[in-house]
Amino acid sequence: MRHRKYPFIVGFLIIPIVLYLVLVIWPYLQTFGYSLTDWSGASQTMHFVGLRNYTQLFGDSVFRTALLHNLLLLVLLPIATILLSLFFAFMLNVGGRGGTGGVQGVRGAGFYKVIFFFPQVLSVAILSVLFQAVYRTDQGGLLNGVLVKLGLENANHPWQWLADPNLALWCVMGVLVWSGVGFYLVLFSAAMQSIPKDIYEAALLDGAKRTQTFFTITLPLLWETVQTAWVYLAIAAMDAFALVSTMTQGAYYGGGPNYHSEVMSTYLMRNFITFGKAGYACAMGVVIFFITLILSVVSLRVTRRERIEY
Amino acid sequence: MGSATEYNRRDIFKRAAALTVMAAAGGPLVAACAASGGSGSGGSAPTTGSADNPFGVKSSDPLDVVIFDGGYGADYAKPIEDIYKRSYAGSTISQLATQDISGKLQPRFNAGNPPDVIDDSGAQQMKIDVLQKAGQLTDLTVLLDAPYRDDPSKKIRDVLLPGTIDQGTIAGKMYSLNYVYTVYGLWYSNKLFTEKGWTPPKTWDDFVSLSATIKQAGIAPFCHQGKYPYYANFMIMGMIAKQGGPDLVARIDALDPAAWDDPAVLAGISAFYEIMQKDYLLPGTNGMTHTESQTAWCQGKAAFIPCGSWLENEMIKITPADFDMAFLPFPVLAGAKMPQNAVQAGAGEPFVVPTKARNQAGGLEFLRVMLTKEASGKFASTANSLTVLKDGVDPSVPLKPGTKSSAAAVTAAGAATFNYTYRDLQTAYDLALQNATNELVNSRMTPQQWVAAGKAATSSKV
Repeated sequence: MRHRKYPFIVGFLIIPIVLYLVLVIWPYLQTFGYSLTDWSGASQTMHFVGLRNYTQLFGDSVFRTALLHNLLLLVLLPIATILLSLFFAFMLNVGGRGGTGGVQGVRGAGFYKVIFFFPQVLSVAILSVLFQAVYRTDQGGLLNGVLVKLGLENANHPWQWLADPNLALWCVMGVLVWSGVGFYLVLFSAAMQSIPKDIYEAALLDGAKRTQTFFTITLPLLWETVQTAWVYLAIAAMDAFALVSTMTQGAYYGGGPNYHSEVMSTYLMRNFITFGKAGYACAMGVVIFFITLILSVVSLRVTRRERIEY
Repeated sequence: MGSATEYNRRDIFKRAAALTVMAAAGGPLVAACAASGGSGSGGSAPTTGSADNPFGVKSSDPLDVVIFDGGYGADYAKPIEDIYKRSYAGSTISQLATQDISGKLQPRFNAGNPPDVIDDSGAQQMKIDVLQKAGQLTDLTVLLDAPYRDDPSKKIRDVLLPGTIDQGTIAGKMYSLNYVYTVYGLWYSNKLFTEKGWTPPKTWDDFVSLSATIKQAGIAPFCHQGKYPYYANFMIMGMIAKQGGPDLVARIDALDPAAWDDPAVLAGISAFYEIMQKDYLLPGTNGMTHTESQTAWCQGKAAFIPCGSWLENEMIKITPADFDMAFLPFPVLAGAKMPQNAVQAGAGEPFVVPTKARNQAGGLEFLRVMLTKEASGKFASTANSLTVLKDGVDPSVPLKPGTKSSAAAVTAAGAATFNYTYRDLQTAYDLALQNATNELVNSRMTPQQWVAAGKAATSSKV
């Protein structure tokens, strides 16, 4: 029967592989090719320019700023999101005060789960509209309205949030965290529920506190899920395109004020679509691709641990 | 330059939605760069035709029209298409009305099968300078030299309002026909001013002293569409133009670095900067979208706002019935080279004919049909705006207060009108100036630094 096995497997794989090659791998390869040209993105005329786009790219201060912003997001976004969602997931699943059952979530955990998941249901477009209203720079904004009412800021000089160079990127990060926590909470909850309750009960009998239980039982047993979450969030941090381009100041895909919230993806789009420097933009795409790739590999390697079976 | 209404929709839904789709691609951003292959089969070059049909349009060739569905809508295109069909019996026209010009047309330009005529406007427009550089735009000189349909003894170039040709000219050739006549200035509520007994200011000194009075009355003297700093630039560049004269405008458009050393530039920006120094801004206006700030202005929270003449149509649903919108040319400084009543006005909404259009003759003819009294009048009645055709709209058409007021200002200005072309034709330069202005209105940049930024921006080309 052995000789019949391979055609059988190939029969199943051929369509997805062809689709993957045509729709993913081939565009990637094309991008590498275009990044070596002066293609305008507006016609098929182009000339080979070697590595000129790349040398230009590394001397481009806006690109470096954007790269730094992405790296900042890359470090802070996963940490903030994972810590918050782990905390919430723990509280909702095993953090409750010991009742008769011993291991349970805080009171109303089911309700909170629904509430926390809400942001995940909203599309990015809605998120953007919603938070532009929250961050509005006059008193009509949710934050400024409340702060002025509480007498915490001067009504004639309200905080500028997205229009403030020192706050813009943080405001965007706030939205990313807010919208991401719900999903990872559910992810971690599911993982936590698969941890056998007797482990917790044993710990409780031994007199373990909530913090102890979390660090000695929950976290090690969730490690693989956290790792996955980390990779997803790192990829999200390398992107951040939709929110930055719609929410922040600056003509053509945001990134303002004066590049203070610029990320690589917005700068790429501006060069590709607006400035007609598609070849240059492709070089950026290639750089982003490699950074993302390296980071994914590194984070998977560094966080690799022995798998715990239960 | 389209009307700003399109920004309403594009800001929020259209753009965000489009971007979401791209964002969904997540990691493989590079994939966004991939283009489809394809080779262009060049369209037939216009053959010399008769006086009735100067481009040699063949009725059998289908015409492919793309209309930007923005502030002016797309309904106005139907009557134009009807006239075209009447002239070329049996011809078929396919029309696409969209706000996503780049998204729809970039693949087609790359594949070499662009439409025959495009209203290339709005936030997602394909930049005219980029397309021209890629050799995708037909030189419209043939159109300018073609006979005017309503009076074949005249050429098209003779029936266009002044400045129309310049607005679409790159390196001496006209590549885009800007169809809508737009007036830029300050806007106010005549009702508010009459009630309070305020006189609309003519000079900058009047503006500053009136602003002090307005502020005392508890109203912010000035607001602007801070998220999009180009509105503030209408005023800044308008004041600089009036101070320095038409030569300076031409030099600024031509990216002449020395133009920025002209004392008129510093004088204009320093005057504007007084608004910040004297705290005449509506609180929060620097971060507000055009919708937010214009709404605040309609609600009487601020007295003046800089904008183009699309403002009235754009805010028509929010403006109180007795608001009595009025237009004011940008105020002049002492020693200005242009008269006080000079207005910034010119052609907007660029239409182009691609070089690789299959029915290039039809595309050109479509533009020639647009430039008839019939089409222009239909445009005025459906889109509520004037076109670049001289005397193109019957005087009996009733105008709304703001439009009437701006039309009166244009009449009063006579030959003293000016306009910048860099906004349409120098994308990178324009963006750098917008960024600098954003810093200035937030007092993070001084007028001197703003001038230096403008000078440095002259090296920004796409």
